[in-house]
Formats: sequence, C-alpha cells, structure tokens
Amino acid sequence: MKVIIGLEIHCQLNTNTKLFCGCSTDYRDDPPNTHVCPVCLGLPGALPRVNRKAVEYALRVAKALNLEVADASEFSRKNYFYPDLPKGYQITQYDRPLAERGIIEIEADDGTPKDVRITRIHMEEDPGRLVHKSGRDRAGYSLVDYNRSGIPLIEIVTEPDLRSPKEARRFLNKMRATLEYLEVFDGEREGAIRVDANISLEGHNRVECKNISSYKGVEKALTFEITRQKNQITRGHEIARETRHFNEGRGITMSSRSKEEETDYRYFPEPDLRPLHVRDWLDAITLPELPDARKVRFVEQYGISINHARTLTGDMKLANFYEEIAGDDPVLAATWVADTLLGELNYRDMKIDQVPGARFADLLALLKADAITDRAGVDVLRTMLDAHAGGGEMEMPSVIVDRLGLRKAAGDEFDDVVAKVVEAHPGAVADYHRGKGGALNFLVGQAMRETRGRADAKDLGRRIKELLDRKEA
Amino acid sequence: MAGTYHFDAEDRHNAFITRADSAAFGDGRLSGIPLAIKDNISTKGMQTTCGSRILEGYIPPYDAHVVELLRKEGAAIVGKTNLDEFGMGTTTENSGFGPTTNPHDPARVPGGSSGGSAAAVAAGMVPMALGTDTGGSIRCPAAFCGIVGLKPTYGRVSRYGLIAYSNSLEQIGPMARNAADVSTLMVILCRYDARDSTSYDRPYAHAPSGEIRGMKIGIPVEYFGEGVDPPVAECVRDAIATLEGAGAVIEECSIPSMEYALAAYYVTCTSEASSNLARFDGVRYGPAVETKRSWHDEFQEFRGEHFGREVQRRIMLGTFALSAGYYGKYYAKAQMAKENVRREFERVLKSVDVIAGPTMPTVAFRLGEKSDPLSMYLSDVLTVPANLAGVPAISVPCGRVEGMPVGLQIIGRHFEDEVVVDAAYAFEQEGSA
Repeated sequence: MKVIIGLEIHCQLNTNTKLFCGCSTDYRDDPPNTHVCPVCLGLPGALPRVNRKAVEYALRVAKALNLEVADASEFSRKNYFYPDLPKGYQITQYDRPLAERGIIEIEADDGTPKDVRITRIHMEEDPGRLVHKSGRDRAGYSLVDYNRSGIPLIEIVTEPDLRSPKEARRFLNKMRATLEYLEVFDGEREGAIRVDANISLEGHNRVECKNISSYKGVEKALTFEITRQKNQITRGHEIARETRHFNEGRGITMSSRSKEEETDYRYFPEPDLRPLHVRDWLDAITLPELPDARKVRFVEQYGISINHARTLTGDMKLANFYEEIAGDDPVLAATWVADTLLGELNYRDMKIDQVPGARFADLLALLKADAITDRAGVDVLRTMLDAHAGGGEMEMPSVIVDRLGLRKAAGDEFDDVVAKVVEAHPGAVADYHRGKGGALNFLVGQAMRETRGRADAKDLGRRIKELLDRKEA
Repeated sequence: MAGTYHFDAEDRHNAFITRADSAAFGDGRLSGIPLAIKDNISTKGMQTTCGSRILEGYIPPYDAHVVELLRKEGAAIVGKTNLDEFGMGTTTENSGFGPTTNPHDPARVPGGSSGGSAAAVAAGMVPMALGTDTGGSIRCPAAFCGIVGLKPTYGRVSRYGLIAYSNSLEQIGPMARNAADVSTLMVILCRYDARDSTSYDRPYAHAPSGEIRGMKIGIPVEYFGEGVDPPVAECVRDAIATLEGAGAVIEECSIPSMEYALAAYYVTCTSEASSNLARFDGVRYGPAVETKRSWHDEFQEFRGEHFGREVQRRIMLGTFALSAGYYGKYYAKAQMAKENVRREFERVLKSVDVIAGPTMPTVAFRLGEKSDPLSMYLSDVLTVPANLAGVPAISVPCGRVEGMPVGLQIIGRHFEDEVVVDAAYAFEQEGSA
C-alpha cells in the first residue's frame, strides 16, 4: 500500500536576539522568566518589531532551498488561548508567507535521487513553555516559563512527497545539514526542532502526528502509524481523520481527542507590523558551499567514494573535522572517520566536536606507517573515546599503543603463539588436513585472541598455514 | 527648575482613576506643568487600568514612549484619567470605575472615550492632557467639554505603551484649553520611535500662525446631512463663515464613501479588539484567575466577570467578523471600504487644504441617554472617517447650543497636522476678536 507523508518542520533560528524584541535567545541554562521584556511577555501596550537578522536567516534558507521569495510578505495573527501564549495570539505568517515553492533533493529508498517539493517557508514566534508539576496534596499544576517566548522559528512545509519513514528521516537529515551549513540553526539545542507529520495510506484518511521533537522520533512515529493504520484497514476499520500525539518514551502515537481540528484561528494581518519587503536583503545574501556541492568536491579533491563523501558532508561539523585531518592519505582518513569513528561516537552518544582532530590525526599516522594493525587502531580509538566519556583526558595514541603493547611486532614474535595454538587444538588441525576451510579461520581467531590484536590476521593466517602444511609434509 | 508638584485639585467629575498627590518633575519645556494621562497609556510605577476591572492593580514596569517624552520635558504626571473601558465608547459611561460627568453640566456626559482627560482640562484641574483617538475619542470629548483636541496623522506619534484597542486606527494626541498648547504638545510628542513599526520620522517643529488667508476649506455635504442636529450645524456654519471672513476660501465637496465609514470602522475596531484583548486571561497581571478547575474553564469565567458589557459585546462582534467563512464578508470588505475612504480623502484634499464640519452631530448627551449601543455607534459618524483615512483632525470650540459647547472639526492632509492646528488657532483668534 502506497504511503504518503508530508512534513511541517519548525526550526528555531539561532539569532542572538528574539524575533520581535531585543531579549537574548541564549536561555537554556538560565532560570525561568529571566530572558523576558514587555514585548515577549505580551505586556499591555508593548509592540513587536521585526528582527532583521531573523528575516535574513530565513531568507538564506529560502534561497538555499530554491524557493520563490515574495516581494512583499506579511505577518498575521493566529488567535487561540493557551497560557504559554502571552498575547492570546501568535504572530506568524498566513496567506502571504516569506517564500513558496522549493526543492530538496534526497536519496529515495531505492538509492536514486529524488526531489521533495517544499510548499512554503514562513516565519513565526515560539510560544513560552509550560512546566507541568504534580503536587503532593493536590492535582498537578503548571508553571509558565516565557524565556522561549518570541524565539524566531521558521516553519518549512513539504508537499506529500515522502514515501517511507526512512525517506522522511533522510529528508530531515538533509534539511538539518543544509540549515547548519547556512549557520542559521543549531540542531543540537534542546527543542530546536519540532515536526508535525501528516501520514496516510493511499485511498484512506490522513492523520496528523503533532509535536515530534527529535529526528529519530519522526521515523518511529511514522513507522508506528503505518503499522497501526494497516492493522485498522485489515480489520475493516476506516482510518479516523484526526490529530495524534507522539509519545516519545513509549514510541507510540495516541489520539489527542481534542477539538483542535475545529479550532478557528481567525487569522488576520498583524496591524502592528508593516509588510516585509525583502528583495534587497535577499539580493545581498551570498550562500556558502552547501552539502551537495561539498560532496562533489570531496569526491574530486580527495578521491574518496561517493558514499563516504555523502556521509561526511551530511553533517557540517563532521565534514569540517574530516577536512582538518584528511592529511596526505584522505582515503584512509575517510574510511576511518566514516566507517569507524562515527559508529564509535554514536555508540557512546558522543559528538564529533568532542574529538580532538590532532589526536585522531596521530592515530591515522600510526595506521598509515603500518605501526599498528587496524584492529589495534580500533582499540586505541575506543580507549581514547572511553577516556573522554569517563571525564578523563585523551592520551596520545602512541602512548596508548605503548601502554597496551599494541605496536605491531616483527612477525617472528608470533611464531610461538602460532605453535602454541596449533598444539592446543589437535581436532582443528585434523579438520584442516581433512580439507575443512573453517578450521583455519578458527585457529586464526584463537591466535588473534592470544595476541590481543597486535598481530595482523592475514599474517597469522599465513604463518599457521605454513606450519600446518609443513606438518603434513 | 526641578521640583515636586502637589496635586490637590478637587475631582468633582470623576475625571481620574488614579491620582498622584505629589508628582516629581524635571527641567524642560513642560517643567512643573501638571499633565493628566488617559489611563490606557502605560505609566511606569503608576496603575494603568484602561478603565477595566480586569486590569485593576496592574502597575506597568515601563513608560509609554509619549510618557517618556513628557517626563523628559519636565512635565509633572499627576494622574490617570477615566475612559470608556479600553476606549470602547463615546460617553465615558462604560468605565469599570464609574462615569465621568461633564464640567459644563454634571447631568451630561463628557463624551468619550477620553472623557476623563477632557473633563480634567475643562474643569481646570490640569492645563493639558493626553487622550487617544480610535474613532473620535479625543475630538468627541473635546467638543462636548469645550476644549481643543487633536488626533494626529496615523504614525506621527508612537503607540508604544498605548494599550491597544484598534491598532490600525488609533493615535495618541494632545488635549488642551487652546490650540497653542495643543501645538506645544505636538512639538514634544512627534518623535520617531523604532519600537513602533508604524511610527514615521516626521517631527513637528511648528508655532501656530493665525494667518489663513487663501487657505481652501472644503465643506463636505455629508457633514451636514441627516442626523446632524440643525442648531449644531448652524453653529458650525457660522464658524466656517468666520474663517471665510479671515480670508479662507470655502468650497463645497463630497465624500460619498462616508456612507460605509461607520460600518468599516466598527468591523475593523471590533475585529482588532477581539484579538488585542485576548491577553487578559488572569495569568500575568490584573486580578489573578482562580486555579481550582482547568485553566480553560477558569479563564473564560474570569473574562466574563471582569470585562464590562460593551467590551464583551465588541469582542463577540469582532470574533464573529474574523471567523472562517465570514472574514471575506466582513473584515476583508471593511479593509476595502477603509481604503476607499482614505483614497477619497486624498482626492478631496488635493483641491482643498482642509475639510471642515461639525465634530459631533449633537451636543453632549445626558447621562444614560445612549443606552442603546447602536445609537451610540451612530454618533461617531463624523469622527471615524479621519481614523479610517489616517489623516489629522482637530476639534476646536466654536460656540454653544443649549448652553453646551459645540466643536468645529478641521481635517487635513497626511502629515499636515500643522495646517489643522493653524486653522484652529486662526479660528480662536478670530472668535475672540
């Protein structure tokens, strides 16, 4: 059954000040209600004024995603009551958005390139945040923190062009990378992105999953919804046209049973702001190198594979890191960063900027000089990262190598080990002579264990084979 | 010389909601002059209620731009004046703090919504005051109380700190005993303010001149049509003849779109108000909302209890006008009518310098006389066009009917506030000559 997915993505722009006032946006470690003023608190009489920087950031995105920017766009009021919304309306854009009709190219599930159409990009202010508390002697209560109120957001709306949760995930990764290359977005900040996902199975009603706050969450929510909707259909139930909320902890979506779909937001043009005329601002913007261009350059400049180039350029900081340490063997570097380092970082929930480039480059130098085996290299890397994760200092790779005795020895040193292993496993030796190929691998594995990875598996294999063949002869 | 002003004038007309018994003042062009501020303009450290119980006890942490400007010139801010709740009314009877009465006849209303400011000036409590004018709220009480009041060109005075009723229509403006004082206040109030995106950098550096020889004055037939009390029309025609005597050239003209002005005005202002007043939910200021039930239940009841009837009526009208399916029929259409009125004023004001007519169709009503909201709305018919068009308009006393003051309204081109002040000043000079 064909899956139809469209996304609405809210991204916080990383300007220094809020969208309509001069309050700082750097509130995350500060006490509640300390980054506020009459404007973002919605005090009576206060008026908004547009932060030009925020508009320029939004324009960068529009330009990068090839959107048509409107000569005149307009802010509107979206009216609804909620305690985190201090004015009783959100200033957003409605029928005259900043920009419309753009494209993001991603890789489809079958590996071919695919265009995802962007419907529009508009700007709006973030509301405050409710903190729910459960009281001891009474029902729970809520506190309001307006530090977030007025943080500039862009909402990026796609056409229903995505066909699977994995595609949606790839789209988000691509979009995030683009925004980070544009230096308008910091995807690592808590709450920096919120996604509403519309999903339907062809011929059935559409369901909206609201307020998903992580990239993984989008994939999970969509996967859950597809299964749920298919089950419904299999059982002969029609899919209810509704809004559902994603419960990140349980990995499921739940009907919100609210009257949200009946809400009439009574949009009208914001009378306190003039229409935006941005043509000159747009023309003044020069875009930096974006992920696709960088990918092509990596292939040409460093001679690395397209897959490595895609992985490396999919994250700006990773690409920067790679360029810093590519050195005189960029292919070796690409393999180690894309295939090994990334996995080790993910496993430890670490970020690329926690890895000192110089240390990693030292490790690559040892590998390049053939001073350690690949396997030892992985051990060294793990030791480095574990030390960091444990709050310690990262040692020089050469120090770790020496401490753990991982330096690749002259091969003869291992002859004793080989002899010992062959001695200890007469059954395997017999199997080998009977022509069972697996027996040699088993013996190599045993020898590797004995040498704790200092030896090269191929080298050990050669030595064991020689010994066994000699024995036979 | 800086000092303290002791404000001990008796308030016989309930002109003030909040008074400062002693007000510090500094040096400047207004040094030591007591000024009253309409209570929908934010004053740091001084309660600001908008005439509504929903804001009782709200003490703004900041000054409106105009209040900053007045303080900088040494004015002594002696108090906050009464108004129709959130400016919604033409009589100052719709106040949560009781009605203000007219100093010329306490059985009559002072007009509204800036009735407290007008009464305070007319009663001699203060020489000058600030009002706000969304559809006539400065000019109507100025006319009813026999003082001068000016609604400046939209954008000339910053609205920062003015608690919004209808953002696209309203302006803060001066009210005083004479045109010269109004002019003095304009010099101080017209300052560009980056915090108000609708503010223009058009300073007012003008001293009024009594010379109006050759000034072309248009008299729209619509300003003397049905509904205008004949004695009031007569009084205003006499005033226009006086201007003619001083050398002005009088021409008849017509503004047909005025027919739709009142409807366009009420749709626009109630729509904007329904959104502006959403923030009064008892969470951040004013009396606190109870928290026994769900917030949505509590705040609805809270708004029902603390907003007055007229405010509730206008919120409902505006909510309706903005609703899906009605937006195009009401709000969008009102904006087209507003644009038509603006264009027609621009067209007429190409061939004449100013337009003149009565400010109000009648003299001040008796208290309780306009209990039917529709008849009250109709009395704004001569004042709302200037707000729709965004042009400056002044009301200057021009005589009496039934012993009550009548106002002559003079409307000018965008950013020619100086010209309407000159015309009013010239009339004062001729009238007293």
